[in-house]
Amino acid sequence: MMDGGYQGKILRVNLTDQTAREEPLREDWAREFIGGRGYGTRILMEEVDPRVDPLAPENKVVIATGPLDGTTAPSSGRVMVITKGALNGAIASSNAGGYFGPMLKRAGYDLIIIEGKSPAPVYLWINKGTVEFRDASHLWGKLVPESDQLMREETHLQAETMVIGPAGEKLSRISGVMFSGHRASGRTGVGAVVGSKNLKGIAVRGTLGVTVADHDAFLEAVRSTSSILAGNPVASGGLPTYGSAVLVNIINSTGSLPVRNAQEAFFPEANNISGESLRDHNLVRNEGCADCPLACGRVTEIREGTYKGEHGGGPEYESVWSFGAMCGVSDLDAVVMANFLCDRFGLDTISAGSTVACAMELYERGYMPKDDAPFPLRFGDAEAMVECVRAMGEQKDDFGRLLAQGSYRVGEHYGHPELSMTAKKQEFPAYDPRGIKGIGLEYATSNRGACHVRGYSIAAEVLAPGLDRLVYEGKAQVTKFLQDLTAALDSAGICLFTTFGLQAADLAQLVAGATGFPIDEKEFLTIGERIWNMEKLFNLKAGFTAKDDTLPPRILHDPIPAGPSKGEVEELDKMLGEYYTLRGWGTDSVPTKARLTDLGIAELA
Amino acid sequence: MAYSSSYGVKPIGHKGKLLYLPHLERESNQGGGGMRVLVLEPAKCTGCRACMDACSFEKTGVFNPLDARINVTTFHEDLTFVPSVCTQCEIPYCAQVCPTGTLVKNAETGRVDFLREKCIGCKQCVLACPWGSIKLNHLGKEIIKCDHCNGDPACVKVCSPKALTYVEVEDMVASKQAGVAGAYRKIAEEMSRGVNP
Repeated sequence: MMDGGYQGKILRVNLTDQTAREEPLREDWAREFIGGRGYGTRILMEEVDPRVDPLAPENKVVIATGPLDGTTAPSSGRVMVITKGALNGAIASSNAGGYFGPMLKRAGYDLIIIEGKSPAPVYLWINKGTVEFRDASHLWGKLVPESDQLMREETHLQAETMVIGPAGEKLSRISGVMFSGHRASGRTGVGAVVGSKNLKGIAVRGTLGVTVADHDAFLEAVRSTSSILAGNPVASGGLPTYGSAVLVNIINSTGSLPVRNAQEAFFPEANNISGESLRDHNLVRNEGCADCPLACGRVTEIREGTYKGEHGGGPEYESVWSFGAMCGVSDLDAVVMANFLCDRFGLDTISAGSTVACAMELYERGYMPKDDAPFPLRFGDAEAMVECVRAMGEQKDDFGRLLAQGSYRVGEHYGHPELSMTAKKQEFPAYDPRGIKGIGLEYATSNRGACHVRGYSIAAEVLAPGLDRLVYEGKAQVTKFLQDLTAALDSAGICLFTTFGLQAADLAQLVAGATGFPIDEKEFLTIGERIWNMEKLFNLKAGFTAKDDTLPPRILHDPIPAGPSKGEVEELDKMLGEYYTLRGWGTDSVPTKARLTDLGIAELA
Repeated sequence: MAYSSSYGVKPIGHKGKLLYLPHLERESNQGGGGMRVLVLEPAKCTGCRACMDACSFEKTGVFNPLDARINVTTFHEDLTFVPSVCTQCEIPYCAQVCPTGTLVKNAETGRVDFLREKCIGCKQCVLACPWGSIKLNHLGKEIIKCDHCNGDPACVKVCSPKALTYVEVEDMVASKQAGVAGAYRKIAEEMSRGVNP
């Protein structure tokens, strides 16, 4: 039996026959995969056919915590949604902050497995060891904040909620799942998978405590990690002061901020949408997710203009970029408004903004007939950008319904999928690989499609002095290392942002103290590599090949026209082969039997 | 701390300066005698609830916010966060309604002590407390209240935005006065220029 960190129980919910039962958490899997992303993916490998239609009842959704959830480990309240993603059919895990994770633990469960499909809209009320299936017909169609409020009023005001918005209900492939009202598991279309099951959401409340295996060792690990973070200029300076949007000016100064659908990579008006401007014009206060000393979350309001009086959470860096620079928009209030709309409808802000940008380019180039757009789509038109987001949230017309499927399908519809800035059909975030080479390898190889939070090489290439952002050497190694590290920490329930200050050894110390498992730095990274390879195996079975590990042609062939990275293209091949070799994979990107045996997962191939 | 410098000197009775004095004499001569209070500033609170987790762990060895002596209320509609904790009242209603003398105002520390062995579990103190700061534990049986961790509060150590501070009571007053005076100075300057605020 496990000594601490875990509650030791899984809740399995079948929506088809509306039954729920408890199962023990497997200690062997907990040791091999920690929890969260790793454990959840292991369940999917066991129970879901990788070739299944993501929106079919046979797909399952795992809502998972890690052993650090509910403790005072810094920034430890993360929750992970694991499923076969609706956006691209790859293995999907999408992470959120808020307070749901710790509350799920207090209800007695490390994770929930959701299977089947309810005949009518329902929500789950998990309260102190009981599970109710409640009619959600009155909530269907309601926005996220309203749904959160109503579910808590109907259950318990101290309950924490997970809900989908209208976007998830209408199966938008870029819809997310929202926790605690406005924290998003945004990426990979997890919202559509939940929506396809007629599940509006989950309210959870519990009264149990969370224990740790080694009281003194854990407290010491919390003390040392907290003190490292308190002394770190990013974690305790830039992030709390300006939020993640502190990056706008930093990345723009490298000439690697994708502008107007990545036709350019330097945005002269960048400061208008920066974290500094956000602080001056919109910030009300900081918000911290559970047990987070960083508190990078923004509580914001719009004080003037068309959207005066609107308020909510965010935006993050990626969101100010996608609605701002990527659409050529420098009106910060419009950017903040677009972010609020995404949170309310339950849309992924990165994919939503990049999809608007793709539509704008299709329109400007004449590939999208003028009659298809309800209003002119011009880069830099702030109002058009906001109305596009509203249209894809509401899905009232063909235009909104098309945009809600993401940029790849929009591009494909008009015969130009190459104008979709995606890898594996998922929109890439706010770093242009032509100016920061390593992040392109991360976009191309990320198991869930283009993504920055699977191996955040920006930390090594831009934020910390070390690697030259424009060279290729060493990037495969740092990408592999960070991917493995992130897979492990995503499984522990701690936030990626702690790695601005913490090393693998620090994180391992926290997990070891909480669980009592003999996890050191080396073992922590091995677990991460095991998870990464397992995800890869899922994708191979789902039909992905090495051909999918690529980037949009624009990034590979069109030089950046101006700015500090002028003339650069991304030569992905200079890193990809080395990356496969370091991973112990063949040139076809298939993991070798030897590597899988080393990692103890040969039977999963 | 910041407000000490606004005095230019450390206040009398600060941190062991007068330790040689007998306790009772110090009480009578120096008033508060180093009494400390938990100061809560909702405007600085980020709602992370680390204080609640740290409190429960300190008291029970388990992370459970229901066993925390301190509480943070989140208002979802406008994302405001309000911490609350026992104010160690000078005239404690909880002590007044207690039929067994379980809750006692401690003149030395300024705290309201909870003498567990005397408690019969009648819960009158829970109802009497105007702040909801006398609580029942997660089992709904045992009375729990803040004791400042006997002078070293665990909650304060994890509060990175410094919404919780543990300060000597006279310093809290001085700090408050300095803040108000600073605001008033601007008004006074404007008035001296003939501007009516």
